[in-house]
Amino acid sequence: MAKLDLIMFEEEYKLLQEIIGRLQKDASAKVVFLVDKNGQQISAAGDVKSIDATSLASLTAGNVAATDGLAKLIGEKEFSLLFHEGEKDNLHISIVGKRGILVVIFDQNSSLALVRLRVKKASKDLQEIFEQVEQRAQKESDGGSRFESPFSEITDEDIDRLFGD
Amino acid sequence: MTFINYASREINCKIVYYGPGLCGKTTNIQWIYEQANPEKRGKLVSLATETDRTLFFDFLPLDMGMVKGFKVRFHLYTVPGQVFYDASRKLILRGCDGIIFVADSQRARMEANIESIANLATNLKENGFDIRSIPYVLQLNKRDMPSAAALPEMERLLRFRGEPMIEAVANQGTGVIDTLKAAARQILMDLQRS
Repeated sequence: MAKLDLIMFEEEYKLLQEIIGRLQKDASAKVVFLVDKNGQQISAAGDVKSIDATSLASLTAGNVAATDGLAKLIGEKEFSLLFHEGEKDNLHISIVGKRGILVVIFDQNSSLALVRLRVKKASKDLQEIFEQVEQRAQKESDGGSRFESPFSEITDEDIDRLFGD
Repeated sequence: MTFINYASREINCKIVYYGPGLCGKTTNIQWIYEQANPEKRGKLVSLATETDRTLFFDFLPLDMGMVKGFKVRFHLYTVPGQVFYDASRKLILRGCDGIIFVADSQRARMEANIESIANLATNLKENGFDIRSIPYVLQLNKRDMPSAAALPEMERLLRFRGEPMIEAVANQGTGVIDTLKAAARQILMDLQRS
């Protein structure tokens, strides 16, 4: 299971982006990020440029992983929701399905109750797409891949070029 | 677990630097950060104690360029080396694509190196990986130390699968890029096979 890569195609990505965009508007949030549990950003909506998204993704995943560890220590499966309250901005972090983390950043223009309500709806929709992605990946790993991977012809020269040789 | 995004044409790979306390994991990625083109590197995030020992992890995102029309991005992580941070180390290995094991060449640290490799094997297994098959590079760091063990001795004690073995002096940058390149090569070639 651990080696199953996360492969996202255009149509799935568009659907995710739509849900994230809608959530950002409906929850009156500043920014919404969808992050993978391993620390990679999947999609984002809102005033994304104001934040270092890559660092945010990795720290969120670290935060969720550490909290997961804490949950297991006290005999819980997981804590599905984390909330950090700041002076101006707040962070609402929730788990989506098996591999997603939804991060909502909001200020006084919204409220925790509204964010929670909207996140609940969006999570359900997101989970469905994650399940589709996973099912497809499983099918492809079981054989009968429907597409030719562009990486099947990577050469040593390609790798040398990445390092400027 | 590589993340391939066909919509934005990006591949993201996670590489973890592992090894005993004070072996030079953070020094490796600090050197890469200092040498990298500012446009191609992200912020270096260090979750460290007041005495600069790694508490949770260091993180450095690097844009490497294009392969087959896809933008390749590496996410470099280090683990805390001190023995009692084992729970954190396990978490950081989640979803990794490759491991760089940084060994301390000083003779007095040989036992710590061996213990750390055993600990890596256990923690990888708990994350669903096998140390014998995951992309893996052995870096022999601190080759400039007077008390450094001889190469054949280190090889006999630490090399177990014919993995690339690279000599380094990370605080001077020697061998740092070669190590990263050896790991990148294995990860991308793995991608080719799958």
